[in-house]
Amino acid sequence: MSPSLLKLEDVHAYYGPIEALKGISLEVKEGEIVALIGANGAGKSTVLMTISGALAPRQGRIEFLDQDITGLPTHEIVGRGISQVPEGRRIFPRLTVNENLEMGAFLRRDRHEIDADRATIFEQFPILKERRSQLGGTLSGGEQQMLAIGRALMARPRLLLLDEPSLGLAPIVVRKIFEIIRAINRLGKTILLVEQNARAALTLAHRGYVMETGRVVMADEAHALLSNPRVREAYLGEG
Amino acid sequence: MELRKKILSWIGISVWIGLLVLPFVGIRQAALITTAILLGGLLWSAAVRLSGSAGMSSRFRTKTAEMNRRLMPWRSFRPTARHRFSLFVLLGAVVLLGPLGMNNYGVDVLTLAGIYIVLALGLNIVVGMAGLLDLGYVSFYAIGAYTYALLSTQLGVSFWIALPLGGLTAAAFGIVLGVITLRLRGDYLAIVTLGFIQIVHLVLNNWDRVTNGPNGILNIGRPALGPFVFSQPIHFYYLILTIAGLTILAVNRLSRSRIGRAWIAIREDEVAAQAMGVDTTRLKILAFALGAFWAGLAGVFFAGKFAFVSPESFTFFESVIVLSMVVLGGMGSIPGVVLGALIVVILPEVLREFASYRMLIFGAALVLMMIFRPQGLIGNPRRRVELRPEDDVATTSGRPAV
Repeated sequence: MSPSLLKLEDVHAYYGPIEALKGISLEVKEGEIVALIGANGAGKSTVLMTISGALAPRQGRIEFLDQDITGLPTHEIVGRGISQVPEGRRIFPRLTVNENLEMGAFLRRDRHEIDADRATIFEQFPILKERRSQLGGTLSGGEQQMLAIGRALMARPRLLLLDEPSLGLAPIVVRKIFEIIRAINRLGKTILLVEQNARAALTLAHRGYVMETGRVVMADEAHALLSNPRVREAYLGEG
Repeated sequence: MELRKKILSWIGISVWIGLLVLPFVGIRQAALITTAILLGGLLWSAAVRLSGSAGMSSRFRTKTAEMNRRLMPWRSFRPTARHRFSLFVLLGAVVLLGPLGMNNYGVDVLTLAGIYIVLALGLNIVVGMAGLLDLGYVSFYAIGAYTYALLSTQLGVSFWIALPLGGLTAAAFGIVLGVITLRLRGDYLAIVTLGFIQIVHLVLNNWDRVTNGPNGILNIGRPALGPFVFSQPIHFYYLILTIAGLTILAVNRLSRSRIGRAWIAIREDEVAAQAMGVDTTRLKILAFALGAFWAGLAGVFFAGKFAFVSPESFTFFESVIVLSMVVLGGMGSIPGVVLGALIVVILPEVLREFASYRMLIFGAALVLMMIFRPQGLIGNPRRRVELRPEDDVATTSGRPAV
């Protein structure tokens, strides 16, 4: 049994008076891909926001590498090894591909290692190398998603948070992105993935959590969720 | 698309400027001006079109590029280190020795330009780099000026001690404004900072016991070095030249540092910057504080030079002037901002004979700028790439996807 990397215990979070997370508990183990699926507004992205520190939980506890990180500011959480690919990619449009990657390593000071990591990312994403002097905003959606993933990897995270990587991309591009995610995981990165595209996410992931209106309603091995009749009906469009 | 749209926009612009100047110059001259602008604009577009290579086949493009090289050799000119050095020496000589041959009026104009260069470079930190639209910037200029005015008249503090103190006081107020406006962006930030300058202006105007209200503070001590007292315009010119030089050095260092990169990231996308681990709270406040610091220095110099301060010198309008320098020169670009400040100070002086409508010409020039060079006179190199991607193909094979 591999050790637990991230652990949420009974996390409650609010947007003003509205309770968006009503007691979330989940766990991500070293080396896993965990998918968080659910409908619009179920609170999937909110979970990622509480982990990354953009939203402080009002109650509950978040542990990373056995340390309490509840309520820490975002830059400290990034510094501890959790980096995120935000929803909608959020590339710096007027910085070049190269500069975008550099920004990913903002908290690091090991110049040589940074250059080495960038070379690795260029190997993984040849298209980014080809376009390295181009402005981020001029890339296609799929390329931007690759850049966003590459940028997050530049921080050398222990855990990578992916928020809706398939958003707004053509199916063929989505397949490509998911292959990339799998490849990154094979190289040893732990990944927590939030997705509306439940089938793709569960096919990729080792384990999955299903969310409904701020609660985790199901948690299981990904292949078990894929064959679960309730999941099939509600999220995979089969009746 | 291009040609028809360009022609239409030039017609629109020339007619609009013609109408603007109509009340001042009469119908004949207005018509003349309109025609002149229209013809000039069309010729310019035609020239740009001929020299440009957009939409041509690659073979044709190589050919035209070759032609361009022959017809316009300066376009392919790439300055070497030696060119740069000679240019630097030449510029230095002009800046150092030029004013010696000028009358006092000319030197005073240049001194004023120096003050505005410091102000504009400070504002460039806030607006150009960090992307925070601060309309109340001149309040820090006022705070610096009044700090020295009070320290000098009440306590007899010397200029040299007051100079950093004025900067630091302004920076402290910058931090206050930064903390207050932390959650605001864009229009909302602009409105609150606008309110801030009104507050500062009102306080200076009405707090009679301290600021002497609208009468201002007189007899502020002049800077002195031992027995040598700064009294002639030329003395102040060299003083502001030194301050401006230091400002340029410091701001240049800053823009290349991690802090500078973090500011640019915040300007480009605050959420993404935060996700990269940038402490956006601290860095936004830092931008306000550092911007305010330079305004404070400029304020102390202002008080030292004129030996008199009053609220009248520190209005919202001043803020707009400084902002227009930053925008005109090119947001985020240091040489651009310096050039912008020089133009905005010197151009109205050159246009003195058109006294009553020089601001109008100035306004028209600004609007034209926004249409044809939205990146500013000397834009940030980064933005230049954005607008002329074909210059960047040396390292990339693909054209932009959009």
